[in-house]
Amino acid sequence: MGRVIHGAPIVAGEARGRALVSQEPLSFWGGYDQQTGEIIDRRHPLSGQQAAGCVLALPAARGSSTTTSVLLEAVRAGTAPAALLTDGVDRFLALASIVAEEMYGRPIPLITLSSADFETLRTGQWIEVQPDGSLHIAE
Amino acid sequence: MNLRLSDEDQARLAGEYGPANRMAMSILVRMAEVSGASEFMDITAAHIDSAIYTGEATMEFAERLASLGARVVVPTTLNVSGVDEHGWREWAVPPDWADKARRQMVAYQAMGAVPTWTCAPYQTDMKPVFGQQIAWGESNAICFANTVIGARTERYPDLMDICAAITGRVPAIGLHLPENRAGQVLVRLEGVPRRIQEDEEFYPVLGHLLGQLAQDRIPVVTGLVVAPTEDQLKALCAASACSGAVALIHLVGVTPEAPTVEAAFGQRVPEQTVVLTMAELRAARNELTTAVGEKLDLVVLGSPHFSLAEFQRLAPLLVGRERHPEVRFLVTSSRMMSHLAEQAGSLAPLRRFGGQVTVDTCILATPMLPPEIKVLMTNSAKYAYYAPGLLSTQVVFGKLEDCVRSAVSGRVERDHSLWEE
Repeated sequence: MGRVIHGAPIVAGEARGRALVSQEPLSFWGGYDQQTGEIIDRRHPLSGQQAAGCVLALPAARGSSTTTSVLLEAVRAGTAPAALLTDGVDRFLALASIVAEEMYGRPIPLITLSSADFETLRTGQWIEVQPDGSLHIAE
Repeated sequence: MNLRLSDEDQARLAGEYGPANRMAMSILVRMAEVSGASEFMDITAAHIDSAIYTGEATMEFAERLASLGARVVVPTTLNVSGVDEHGWREWAVPPDWADKARRQMVAYQAMGAVPTWTCAPYQTDMKPVFGQQIAWGESNAICFANTVIGARTERYPDLMDICAAITGRVPAIGLHLPENRAGQVLVRLEGVPRRIQEDEEFYPVLGHLLGQLAQDRIPVVTGLVVAPTEDQLKALCAASACSGAVALIHLVGVTPEAPTVEAAFGQRVPEQTVVLTMAELRAARNELTTAVGEKLDLVVLGSPHFSLAEFQRLAPLLVGRERHPEVRFLVTSSRMMSHLAEQAGSLAPLRRFGGQVTVDTCILATPMLPPEIKVLMTNSAKYAYYAPGLLSTQVVFGKLEDCVRSAVSGRVERDHSLWEE
């Protein structure tokens, strides 16, 4: 059984993976290990989780300006999330994806959702991201 | 999409200003679309956080731009790099890292940026002025420029700041526009006595709290009874930009856009009012420490980079004392500030104490700490915030005097008397 929700593609693309969801923003600098894809902000609820290849849902990035660099490094190293879902337009994440396309031809699909839709996401769901920004979610 | 590009912007995009301008402008145009901007505007200075080496991708990005002939068109300062160019061998930096981080430094210098290598560009002679439109990266510097100086910058992420410096253009959005600079959250300090507000720990702790409660909104703070120093405001901005995404704080009666509460809110109505008392401040202060016990391996000061005034405050505390042989003592600063401190006679006591200075970078931006350093003590909320994740160390937050005392005795010593109930 699945359902479909519709988001707005900030950077369009196709991806699929296991959802990793938090209601807490994350700074990728100091929060994301670019060599392994582990969430390493010890104050963050996802601390210790593996995000590489996952569909990572965060309300937004926060803190350091270096979030974009860390995400770009993760794309280069193959440890980036498969896609990013946010509940508003996050420019830092968008930039990382845009530069990843410019430099390596590998943008990370980035979809923004309404807060109501974002709140329905749960860790462990299987999510397929479509180029039009729709998400097919298997519970 | 109703983004209007000027003739010059279109010429940049079409490559008429060369391939580096085309690459930078195409990134900026996509960002303008993402941000919903309707036009671009000029900036007259930039600060490049992209200077931080995080790995091969940032080096390749810098070298790509440099190889395309990129030149900055506005006065441009450089944030910390990934390596103390001349001092890295004293620490545990791998030579391969040092080599690549240095290549990235060379690339940004080749673009014509000034090699300031500091996260406190507002304490250089390239400090912007009130009302100036600038494109700054580095979260603490962004917050300081908007809050303390009243210059106008959005939060520029790494890799975008340099695009702005190359083109002199940014999307006209956010904090560049006066109507977006009004306060959003009213924060009333109540029952926070003068002796606490005068304490060195107050501003980093307040900043840590403001970031948590404001997130990316603009807080307006009332109840301050002591005028803060520049370095206290630096600590406030750095802390709030770690725990949240705060880019502008209005301190009523202190900062230039907040002579009164009404002026700070402008046309906006506070969307939330928060009362902060000693209870919240105490809890936030406790959060900044993760270590338990007295064991200590390193005292580290200087995030953001230590200023001349901070060196001059530190020096007398060190005279006639020596660090414990098992505790290293490190100050991170810029070449310029450490040079000024040397001339002012403030570095000699530090050296006699057994302390070291690292320039160009900091412990978070270069892998300099050997693995045996497991517990560090600092007066910086920024170091305290990031060290557990980035360095897998435990951390103790404490004021400068306590940091020095602990370095001498070899175990954590903190004076809690002011903060106890």
